[in-house]
Amino acid sequence: MAAPAPSPAPSSDADVFIELRGIHKSFGKQEILSGIDLTLKHGETLCIIGPSGEGKTVTMKHIIGLIRPDSGDVFVGGMHVNKLKEREMAPIRQKVSMLFQGAALFDRMTVEENVAFPLIESGLRDKAEVKRRVLEALEAVDLAEHLDKYPTALSGGMRKRTGIARAIICRNECILYDEPNSGLDPIGSDIIDQMILRMQKRFRVTSIIVTHDMRSIFKIANRVAMLYRGKIHFLGTPDELNASPDPIVQDFINGRSDVTC
Amino acid sequence: MDANGLLTLPGRVFFHFLSYLGQLAALAGELMIALRSGVWRLKLVAQQIVAIGYGSQGVVIVTGAFTGAVFTFQSYAKFKEFGFETTVGAVVSVALCRELGPVLAGLMVAGRVGAAMAADIGTMKVTEQVDALRVMGVHPVDYLVLPRFLAMMISMPFLVAESISFGLIASYLVTSFGYDMPSTWYLTHMIDHTNMEDLSIGMIKGFVFGMIITLISCHQGLAAENGAVGVGLGTTNAVVISSLVLLIVNFFLSILLNYVFPIGTV
Repeated sequence: MAAPAPSPAPSSDADVFIELRGIHKSFGKQEILSGIDLTLKHGETLCIIGPSGEGKTVTMKHIIGLIRPDSGDVFVGGMHVNKLKEREMAPIRQKVSMLFQGAALFDRMTVEENVAFPLIESGLRDKAEVKRRVLEALEAVDLAEHLDKYPTALSGGMRKRTGIARAIICRNECILYDEPNSGLDPIGSDIIDQMILRMQKRFRVTSIIVTHDMRSIFKIANRVAMLYRGKIHFLGTPDELNASPDPIVQDFINGRSDVTC
Repeated sequence: MDANGLLTLPGRVFFHFLSYLGQLAALAGELMIALRSGVWRLKLVAQQIVAIGYGSQGVVIVTGAFTGAVFTFQSYAKFKEFGFETTVGAVVSVALCRELGPVLAGLMVAGRVGAAMAADIGTMKVTEQVDALRVMGVHPVDYLVLPRFLAMMISMPFLVAESISFGLIASYLVTSFGYDMPSTWYLTHMIDHTNMEDLSIGMIKGFVFGMIITLISCHQGLAAENGAVGVGLGTTNAVVISSLVLLIVNFFLSILLNYVFPIGTV
């Protein structure tokens, strides 16, 4: 009888925090990811770009275990994410938090309650400390004056900033941002970029940012990955992206389409 | 649909049904784990008791009262033909305790609360609030299903008791003021022929119906997809499936409980 295949092991490089190996994912008959390999080191900021519907958010959701791959392996902080059951995910989710594209704020909670939620759920019971941390997080996104508002009373940009405050409040090792700048005015967008940079410099937070905002990429990214047709089409620094002779990359970053009037 | 599609249709329907039962069983399993090892959020349970128990009283009372009244009104005339009109109180009471009280309360709660559960959770699902819970290390069954389940278990027997009580009060008023039947006759027969076993059956049924409504409605919410259309479909399914399952389960539960608490022997 053949011996069972050995379980895949994470990278031996201690500095590697996130590792995706050969990720394939289909929804129905549509293949979204067809072999994604990606490695991210502690404290690194990676921007994922690519046309809509190419699997950028799906890739991100694999990292935090919201989606499981059809094949391939996901490692976060040395843990094999896709082998864990839902109730065993707590250690991963203590390390990684996420900002959703639509912010995913809880409708029945105020801004303050939304931002405090992960802190309270993580076991912090000191009300004064919770309040202090909530104010600190909301000040970082310029929303400290809107504590008592419900999400329905906020603009799209304010909702997104509340979502960011909720994502950063627990000071996780890694934060995944799904289009943090979309729907924000240029000033609001810069506030978010500066906050991501601050998290990177002060707390050495590892960040993955799905974005279409090319200006942000050149401000905040250490590396850029471009997804195209289910694969990583380009991986390199922002300068390498800019200098790439690849027509697909150049068309994307310069916003050129084939459509003519 | 081609011939091949028609031939495979019964098989596909059967496997779809099996898959649905599997999903319900998986949710029930997660609920058991949450009951045993999850965190019981008592504040959420209290909020749900207000929404489910307190909020459903109006519909349950009106349903119970008018069912008791109309049942009395219809049966009195027929019973009078045989000279049994004084037994109306006993018949209405036993019927309300064993069947009408729990079933009608269950159907009304399925409509009001089941729909709200599916819509609430479904909206959270399609707007990624359920995923947000997961990202923050909170299991959706612990946070969304368990408090609703506990609140339903606590509220449902009270709602059934209210439905029965107001049905009996309405029945009494109809016989006393509508037909000039001496209240002593009505009350004596009712008390003589209604026992704790009849009430126990009503309470047990209420408890079981509460479990069915919560499980089916929360499952519809958690399975919702495709935005507002999916939430609407889940809400409709929650009410329809809960109501049908409740009526079917009621039949088998009645047979089982009649073995445990035989009618007319106490």
